[in-house]
Amino acid sequence: MKIGVIRFPGSNCDRDVYHALELAGGDPEYVWWNQKYLSDFDAIVIPGGFSYGDYLRAGAIASITPVIDGIKEVVKEEKPVLGICNGAQILAEVGLVPGVFTNNKNAKFICKRVELKVTSTRTPFTSMYKKGEIIQMPIAHAEGRYYTKEIDKIRDQDQIVLKFEGENPNGSIEAITGVCDESGLVCAVMPHPERASESVLGSNDGLKFFEGIINFK
Amino acid sequence: MTLTDSECKFVRNELGRDPNSLEYGMLDIMFSEHCSYKSSRPILKLFPTEGPRVILGPGDDAGIVELTDELALVIGMESHNHPSAIEPYGGAGTGIGGIIRDIISMGAIPVALLDSLRFGPLEDQRSRYIFEYVVKGISDYGNRVGIPTVGGEVEFDDNFKFNPLVNVVCAGIVKKKDIVRGIAPDVGDIFVLMGGRTGRDGIHGVTFASEELTTESELEDRPAVQIGDPFTKKMVLEATLEALEKVHVVGLKDLGGGGLTCCVSEMAGKGGNGAEVELTKIPLREGEMTPYEIMLSESQERMVFVVKPEDVAALLDIFEKYELPAAVIGKVTDTGNLVIKKDGEVISELKTDTLSDPPIIEREAKKPEIREKYIHLDEINPQDALLKLLSSPNIASKKWVYRQYDHEVQIRTIVKPGDDAAVLKIDDKKAFTLTSDCNSTFTKLDPYHGGAGAVAEAIRNVVSMGSEPLCIVDCLNFGNPEKPEVFWQFKECVKGMSDVAKKFETPVISGNVSFYNETEGVTVNPSPVVAVAGLMDIKDIRTLDFKNKGDKIILIGKTYPELDGSSYHKEIHGVIQGTPPQVNMESEFESANAVLDLIRHDKDKAITAVHDCSSGGLAVALAEMAIAGGIGGVIDTSKIPAENESISDTELLFSESNARFILTVKKEHLEEILSKINVPAAVIGTVEGEKITVNGDLIDVDLDELKGSYKGVIEKYMA
Repeated sequence: MKIGVIRFPGSNCDRDVYHALELAGGDPEYVWWNQKYLSDFDAIVIPGGFSYGDYLRAGAIASITPVIDGIKEVVKEEKPVLGICNGAQILAEVGLVPGVFTNNKNAKFICKRVELKVTSTRTPFTSMYKKGEIIQMPIAHAEGRYYTKEIDKIRDQDQIVLKFEGENPNGSIEAITGVCDESGLVCAVMPHPERASESVLGSNDGLKFFEGIINFK
Repeated sequence: MTLTDSECKFVRNELGRDPNSLEYGMLDIMFSEHCSYKSSRPILKLFPTEGPRVILGPGDDAGIVELTDELALVIGMESHNHPSAIEPYGGAGTGIGGIIRDIISMGAIPVALLDSLRFGPLEDQRSRYIFEYVVKGISDYGNRVGIPTVGGEVEFDDNFKFNPLVNVVCAGIVKKKDIVRGIAPDVGDIFVLMGGRTGRDGIHGVTFASEELTTESELEDRPAVQIGDPFTKKMVLEATLEALEKVHVVGLKDLGGGGLTCCVSEMAGKGGNGAEVELTKIPLREGEMTPYEIMLSESQERMVFVVKPEDVAALLDIFEKYELPAAVIGKVTDTGNLVIKKDGEVISELKTDTLSDPPIIEREAKKPEIREKYIHLDEINPQDALLKLLSSPNIASKKWVYRQYDHEVQIRTIVKPGDDAAVLKIDDKKAFTLTSDCNSTFTKLDPYHGGAGAVAEAIRNVVSMGSEPLCIVDCLNFGNPEKPEVFWQFKECVKGMSDVAKKFETPVISGNVSFYNETEGVTVNPSPVVAVAGLMDIKDIRTLDFKNKGDKIILIGKTYPELDGSSYHKEIHGVIQGTPPQVNMESEFESANAVLDLIRHDKDKAITAVHDCSSGGLAVALAEMAIAGGIGGVIDTSKIPAENESISDTELLFSESNARFILTVKKEHLEEILSKINVPAAVIGTVEGEKITVNGDLIDVDLDELKGSYKGVIEKYMA
């Protein structure tokens, strides 16, 4: 299973995602931002970080790079695309998932482990969890507050993938912190599954996100 | 003009003429205390710097020790005190940036940051502003570059009001075979300058760091603070790593204090060589910069590579990929001189030796007289004292700070902020630990024992995690060394630090001295910040939280009536006086070894938690263990090992005596563990219940109340 890991100038979770994909049994490969043809890949992950320094707005500059055209093709080919943290912000900025991720309610960077509820298992990434399962993963972001005007629509269409359980640290609407497109193949999550892929680091609850990609037929 | 008369004379003798204005400027920065260590060098020789694991000791950008057969740890420490006092956000950010570059320039990937921060009291509005923006500066910079900030410390005290201290440790990992150094050994090699463009920022950064601040500094010296750019830094990091992988890099050095002058003269000087630099080749950020400005600029995010002529094209291709400005700026020569040319015409010619090795200044040291009378203090109710200590910003939870730092990126952080030290994964079996510590109050009262105590505490912290101390790096923050009293403090402190380091055979492999931390007559408490790295097996990791009800609590090490200088005196009575806790080298060494020995041979995992005793004494240490574990404890102070029968309960609970550790042990293994301990130790209580109870009703307080005091303290001030 060949999985493209997109690198922008300023990505900083690329090596971590690469490592987690290997742990899950995948065959990851780095893809530089100027590559346009991605159709040789079976799936794509956009890792976190601060693409282009998050200057202007998180994800804004990355969203107009050539690699985005390639990702749109991959989406048309009905292959899984996962955006994590800055990757999620980029997918929202491009419009491949509904809504936006904007400044946290306290306007500060927050790094902590949180409890999450898996609210939809129809995406490849959450297919190995049980619906309603509570998992632990870290968050680390300053612009992670989810907002959408189409809250009823995404609820009705089963596009809400992850919610904060208990505390809602960044003030997201309905505590939502992971959403997918209508097909369920494109998924954007703020928490970091790759940081919860080894029990020595405190949790391996996130590994199934990557195993789910490998299991995708 | 900061060169002294004797330095001017020395320069004239060396040159056989007067320096021109460009040369004068270059000499001026290289002779600054910040670049030359001209006051501190003779004293720093006291430090032990060698050991079987040391690959590179002091003298380069960072020190290097062996971690495994294949890997080495690169570690360095830097202060950015003056810039942070003037412009906290940019000052702190570029502090991080500088030390990160030092690690990269040894060929390593930076993997962890720690920050030791000292500010004025939180009641003071300006101190809150500096605190908030220093933390934000660190957060924005470290998080963006993708290096986890895994630990550090924060102190608030009046004496840091005008002169905050911002000290940063960075650690990196490198394959031993891939280590590079800041050298230019081969004549004919090429200097390539890469990264940020050279602008007018930071000119005279080092000379302003080598003077006292005044109230005008905030306005006058802002241009001396560099402007950081974490995004470019990230590109510089990635491009450097790719260059090291693909091109034969002979030498590599970052541009920090002293800019291009310092970088090129030190690289050439180390190999006994000279260098030639053509100014018109340097990528500039603004037009019409003078040679003086170009050579003295401390613009950030710049690196100099030394490569063979045939490798230049491949190197430039890599920088092009990352869209980083880069240019061939000169070459290594055999003249022993640093020659600066403009359009081919020589405009400066100085010996690299003269620049990089200025004469040492023998400073006078004099013990200050203590005039204050010792005040007798009444004891207060220990429970009230404990709650008050827990709620003082110096002891209370620092969550407000470390929440803003990404401490998980790079997926290495096994033990996260909030414990005695951070634990970071090296491979599937091994981990390293990192901590930084300092007690500036002790050092003020007694610089020898304050310095010794800082090393002892940092070692205790890595030992508490189950690791063996590997190396020390330090950042010594003092006042004006031209004052004999300050220089005496410095000398005594270094002696104390050296004695503990020697006892533990733990070498000091890198460090930084920051003098002139004074503003209009207010001198900071001497603050020797000590970072220690340790090495361990992942299976040996211990944390401080109480784990199981029924576990027995063992205290290792003796408690002495040592309340002077303690948090109890300072936070409760507002008094700093007397003789601070003394460091006994033997007992410090024996206690630490006893703990390490127990953990290493603990096949049954009988030892469930370990914590050292420091600020706030035994009472605060126990409360921290209980709060973290969510379980209480019952303590009997009459069991505490003490030399002196007449020691009071307050002294037993709040003395900050050194050489002490708290362990919890599963009760079925208690006898076996006790039989293995050959240092003063005793069972002082049991982990149980939802309260901390001491001697029945001396202290009897719910965990919730302890938590209430300990948590949310800084948040209240910063809301």
